[in-house]
Amino acid sequence: MSTALAPAPAQAQPHAVLTVSGLRAYYRTSLFGINREVRAVDDISLEVAANEIYGIAGESSSGKSTLIRTIAAATKPPLEVISGSVQFSFGDRDVNILRARPRELDAMRWRNLSYIMQGSMNVLNPVRRVQQTFVDFAFRHLGQTMPEFLRLVRDHLARLHLEPDVLEAFPHQLSGGMRQRVTIALATICRPEFIIADEPTTALDVVVQKGVLAMIHAVQRELGSSIIFVTHDMAVHANLTDRLGIMYAGRLVEEGRTFDIFGAPRHPYTAHLIASLPRLGDTAPKPALPGTPPNLAEPPAGCRFHPRCPLAHARCRREVPEMEWVAPGHRVACFAATPERAA
Amino acid sequence: MTGPLLEIDHVSRSFGGRGLLSRRRVLAVDDISLCLDSARAEVLAVVGESGSGKSTLARLILNLLSPSQGQIRFRGLDLRRIRDTRTRQEFMKAVQPVFQNPFEAFNPMKRIDRYLMATAARVAGVADDAARQRAAEKALNDVGLSLAEIRGRFPHELSGGQLQRIAIARALIPGPSLLVADEPVSMIDASLRASIVNLLRDLRDRLAVSVIYITHDLATAYYVSDRILIMQRGRVVESGVAREVLDNPQHPYSRLLKQSVLSPDVPANPGARLRDDPSTTEVSHA
Repeated sequence: MSTALAPAPAQAQPHAVLTVSGLRAYYRTSLFGINREVRAVDDISLEVAANEIYGIAGESSSGKSTLIRTIAAATKPPLEVISGSVQFSFGDRDVNILRARPRELDAMRWRNLSYIMQGSMNVLNPVRRVQQTFVDFAFRHLGQTMPEFLRLVRDHLARLHLEPDVLEAFPHQLSGGMRQRVTIALATICRPEFIIADEPTTALDVVVQKGVLAMIHAVQRELGSSIIFVTHDMAVHANLTDRLGIMYAGRLVEEGRTFDIFGAPRHPYTAHLIASLPRLGDTAPKPALPGTPPNLAEPPAGCRFHPRCPLAHARCRREVPEMEWVAPGHRVACFAATPERAA
Repeated sequence: MTGPLLEIDHVSRSFGGRGLLSRRRVLAVDDISLCLDSARAEVLAVVGESGSGKSTLARLILNLLSPSQGQIRFRGLDLRRIRDTRTRQEFMKAVQPVFQNPFEAFNPMKRIDRYLMATAARVAGVADDAARQRAAEKALNDVGLSLAEIRGRFPHELSGGQLQRIAIARALIPGPSLLVADEPVSMIDASLRASIVNLLRDLRDRLAVSVIYITHDLATAYYVSDRILIMQRGRVVESGVAREVLDNPQHPYSRLLKQSVLSPDVPANPGARLRDDPSTTEVSHA
């Protein structure tokens, strides 16, 4: 159970770098007069503090990629932001990124807000040497002369245990783990306040994955940046993140300190995710969850998890549970987990 | 039937090196031997990093590739001796694949049940329609589904976990004695993964189907398999009873693999376990 370390409930954290409130983003399509609405992000509120790694866990089509795309203001049709705000606070200025003008966004991207993406091949230009990619991405943000800039790049690479030789290489000449390290170097060269990492280690091998995660952790602690780290791999969350938000079918269902969530998960979905994690040395039969994730175009009424939930009762089929504080810094959206409030 | 089900006898497979433009030969599988017994079904895990030759080994066992050296025998029959259609058909009935990505294994334009019917007709050789339906229904029941649930549906209407079950059901229709499953859970969502892994165990115990379970996930390998083979750059570096090997790995590479598995227990200090030396964890492929 958590103790005094966690922030007091209902009260804003002192140094929230990112405040998302009431965010809804739907995919809206209209084909031959048939309107379809996929509620990929449905009423999500969360805060990320300075110098914190905030993990987002959820399976495919739970809306986690849509959420971070919206947070990065990288939405394009048919994805539309229906309501809510995404407020960043970078040093002295506050920006609602959903209302920012393109010029403001350009200045902010990479300088204040950068990304580490899953497919490193998609970030690194395959026909340019790594050095040119660094110039393309970061040079204009740093306002230095070219020799100064290149020296900075070399120093930064050295800090991340990368040889300066990689600058001369084309992406295909590097191994997968190496490329992912280069994209991390690229994302952190401008010392951004906020980094969005979308499944950065999913395509990597276990051995390489651990090295890349260690590097992300080390560079985050050094720069004091905040990271939103998205992955479906709960073991990665357990080892890397400070706080964790669990998404299911477009909604946040539980949020708290990673230590508390793994120690005492409150939502039945989270509890299942953690109980079904395979671990070395364990051969006890693992429970399987019945059913499949819902179709977000026609989500079930009430709590979206109720068709698969072992604790579901009549109310869960009618009403949508709100996120409620169950302990300091620990919120959960479940009637069964918050019985005293359900009455 | 007694005697060995599958014997792999000092098998190597190399790629490249023959053409004018090729620079070097890659030895993807290097002198591997193993034996599966037909009297007792078992799950054999093959683990290793990407590029260690796991998938090449799978393709060799499925007879999609032939070995450069050595011999693979299935029930005593050398796979290279399979020439005529009938023998090939018999082999395909007995050895069936399950692939990594169920979304790619099925044609998105084709209804799922047609795959099952086609497999019943062509591989299992079931003649009439009613018998095909029965065969499909039985295989689907074995994986916890039914024909009514999937009839007329397209792959995009089903979840990854369901599709992978259907892929396994399809493989079960001809009544195989060996399944070669290449990373069958790595594309499956966490909440559905346990059910697929449990299914592999269940096939062994209930239907006496042996499974070659290829994976990079040591934790599920420990959970599901009887024996394990650890591969690095085409060679088997360690093998034995899965639990003994993983509880007490001897080879440095096996130890490295085991150390790299992230434990799902949260350390009191986030990131603490990651820090034990990032510079040595990259294994070069050069």
